[in-house]
Amino acid sequence: MTVATKPRTRVNFSDAVTHTAVITRRNTLRVIRLPQLLLFSTIQPVMFLLLFNYVFGGAIAIGGDPGSPAGASNYINWLIPGILVQTAVFGATATALGLTEDLGAGVIDRFRSLPMARSAVLTGRTLADLIRNSFVNSLMLIVGFLMGWRFEQVLGKMVLGVALALLFGYAFSWVMATIGLLAKTPEAAQSAGFLPIFPLVFASSVFVPTDSMPGWLQAFADNQPISVIANTVRSLMIPEEALAPLGLDQGQLIWQSIAWIAVIIAVFAPLAVRQYRRSVG
Amino acid sequence: MLAVDTQDIVKTFGEVRALDGVSITFEEGIIYGLLGPNGAGKTTLIRVLTTLLEPDSGKAVVAGIDVLADPVGVRHKIGLAGQFAAVDEFLTGRENVEMVGQLYNLSRDEAARRADDVLERIHLTESADRQVRTYSGGMRRRLDLAASMVGRPEVLFLDEPSSGIDPGSRLDLWDLIEELVAGGTTLLLTTQYLEEADRLADRIGVIDHGRLIDEGTSDELKDRLGGNVVEVHVGHDDRAAAAGVLTAVAGGELRVEGQSLLIPATEGAQTLTAAVRALDGAGIAPQDIGLRRPTLDDVFLALTGHTAVETTAAEPAGRRGRRR
Repeated sequence: MTVATKPRTRVNFSDAVTHTAVITRRNTLRVIRLPQLLLFSTIQPVMFLLLFNYVFGGAIAIGGDPGSPAGASNYINWLIPGILVQTAVFGATATALGLTEDLGAGVIDRFRSLPMARSAVLTGRTLADLIRNSFVNSLMLIVGFLMGWRFEQVLGKMVLGVALALLFGYAFSWVMATIGLLAKTPEAAQSAGFLPIFPLVFASSVFVPTDSMPGWLQAFADNQPISVIANTVRSLMIPEEALAPLGLDQGQLIWQSIAWIAVIIAVFAPLAVRQYRRSVG
Repeated sequence: MLAVDTQDIVKTFGEVRALDGVSITFEEGIIYGLLGPNGAGKTTLIRVLTTLLEPDSGKAVVAGIDVLADPVGVRHKIGLAGQFAAVDEFLTGRENVEMVGQLYNLSRDEAARRADDVLERIHLTESADRQVRTYSGGMRRRLDLAASMVGRPEVLFLDEPSSGIDPGSRLDLWDLIEELVAGGTTLLLTTQYLEEADRLADRIGVIDHGRLIDEGTSDELKDRLGGNVVEVHVGHDDRAAAAGVLTAVAGGELRVEGQSLLIPATEGAQTLTAAVRALDGAGIAPQDIGLRRPTLDDVFLALTGHTAVETTAAEPAGRRGRRR
C-alpha cells in the first residue's frame, strides 16, 4: 500500500500547555479526594518540627545572644526556614511514588498512546507536587506560629524565602522523577528516593549550625545545595545582621540558590524525560 | 483502506523473541481477533501498533500512517484499552473520559459532549458522576473502553478486553463491543479465549511464540482442520481400552480432552460407524458418541501442539514481565 509521506506530526506548544494543565489537575484532584494522603504527608514534617524543637532544640545553643553566629533570637525562628526546605525536599519523593504508581496501573501506557505532549505527564506530575508542597509548607508555618515562631524580617522577604524553598522542592521533584522511573515500582522508588535525601538533608544547616561538625563534614555541609537553600531562606527570615559573622551575603545566597535550582532542573528534567521514553518503551 | 499493515515485525527482549517476524494485514471495518496463549506476543504487537514500543525491525502502518515515521500522527487515529483498566480511581467516570478527550485536543465543551455520548453508549450514564473506586471490575473495563473511544478513533485496540472480569460481565462486554463496531469502528482485539474470538472476530489470527501461525475466519480455520471429529465418552474403567481401540480406528491420531476421546472423522459418518463397531467388538459401551465440528480449541491444538491455556502457568503474569 502507499503511505502518504506526510511530515512527522508534532504537538504544538499551546496544546502541550493544555495537556500539562489537564494532568496537573488530575494529580491534584487525587490529593484532594484522598485526604489520608495529605494527612500523612503532613504528619511527618510536623513530627520533625516537634522533634527538633522540643527534643534537640534545648541542646542546640541558639538565641539569647543576638550576636551569636546562629543569629536568630531563638531556636524555632532558626529552625523553621530549615524545616520548610526539608519538607519541600521530602515532599518531592511523592513525584517518584506517583509516577511508579501510574506506570504500574497502565495509566502511562494510556497517556503514551494519546496524541499528547510527552513532557506533560512529567511536568503535570511535578507541578501537582509543587501545589501539594505549597499547601504542606503553609501548614508548617501555621504549626510553627503556634509553637512560637515569628519571622524577623519584612513580609516580602519571608514570602521570597518560602518561594525559594518550594522552588528547590520543585527542582528536586525532577531528581525524584528520574529515580522513580529508574526504580519502576513504588517500593523501590520509596527506598531509592531517600538515598540522596538523607545525607543531603541531615549533613546540612537545615537543623543545626554546621560549625559543630568535624571539619571534613562541615566543608561538605556548607557547600551542598540544601545548606545553600536553607541559609538563604533563613537569611530572609531572621535578622540580617546575623549573617555577617557567618560570612554570608544575602544577595549572593539568593543568586546561588537560584543557580542551584536552575542547574538541577536543567540536568534532571532532560534525564527524567529520557528515562520516561525508555522505561515505558 | 487498510487499517493495519505490518511486515516482518521483530521485537526481542534479551533472549526472548517476543515477535518473530509478524505480518498482519486487514482492512477497515472489521474485527480482527488475535488469538494466542499468554506470552505469545499479542500484547507486544499491540504495543508496537499503538506506538508504545519500537520494534527491532519490520514495518507497521496503522490507518495509513507509518508507526515509526509519525507516531503522533498514528496516536491521533487510534484508541487503546490496555490489559488493565487504566482509569483513575479518584476521578469520576465522567472526569476520566473528559480528561482523555482533552488529551485528544478536544475543547472542554467538546470533550464533555463526547463524554456524555460515549458514557451513554457504554451504559454508564447513571454512575458517571461517582468516583471510579466505587465501580466494579466490569464497570471499570467499560469505562476504560469509553475512554479509548472518546477520540473517535479509526482503529481501536483492545488488549484482552475480558481478562479479569467475571463471566456475566464478559457477556455484557461482548454485546457492547458488537454494538460499538456496528457503528463501523475497526477493531483489533487480542484474546486467549477461543470463545471470544469465535464470537466477536470477523477474522482470526492465531499467534504463538511470536509468530502468526494461521489466519482466517473461524469457519475457515475449523475447515482447514479436516472437518469433523468423533467424540467418545466412556466410563473411567473403559478408558484405556477405548483409547487403544480408537487409536487403531484413527490410524494413530487420538486426542484426550477432559473426559472425551477425540479422533479426526476423516471419512465423516463412516469413521463414526467404524468407531462404534470397533468399540462394540471390544465389548465397550460408550456413554456418548457423536460427530462434532472442531472447536477453536481443536484448531489451536492442531496448529501449535498445545492448547491455548496450557502454557499460561509457565509465563510470568502481568505486563511487567514482558516489559523487562
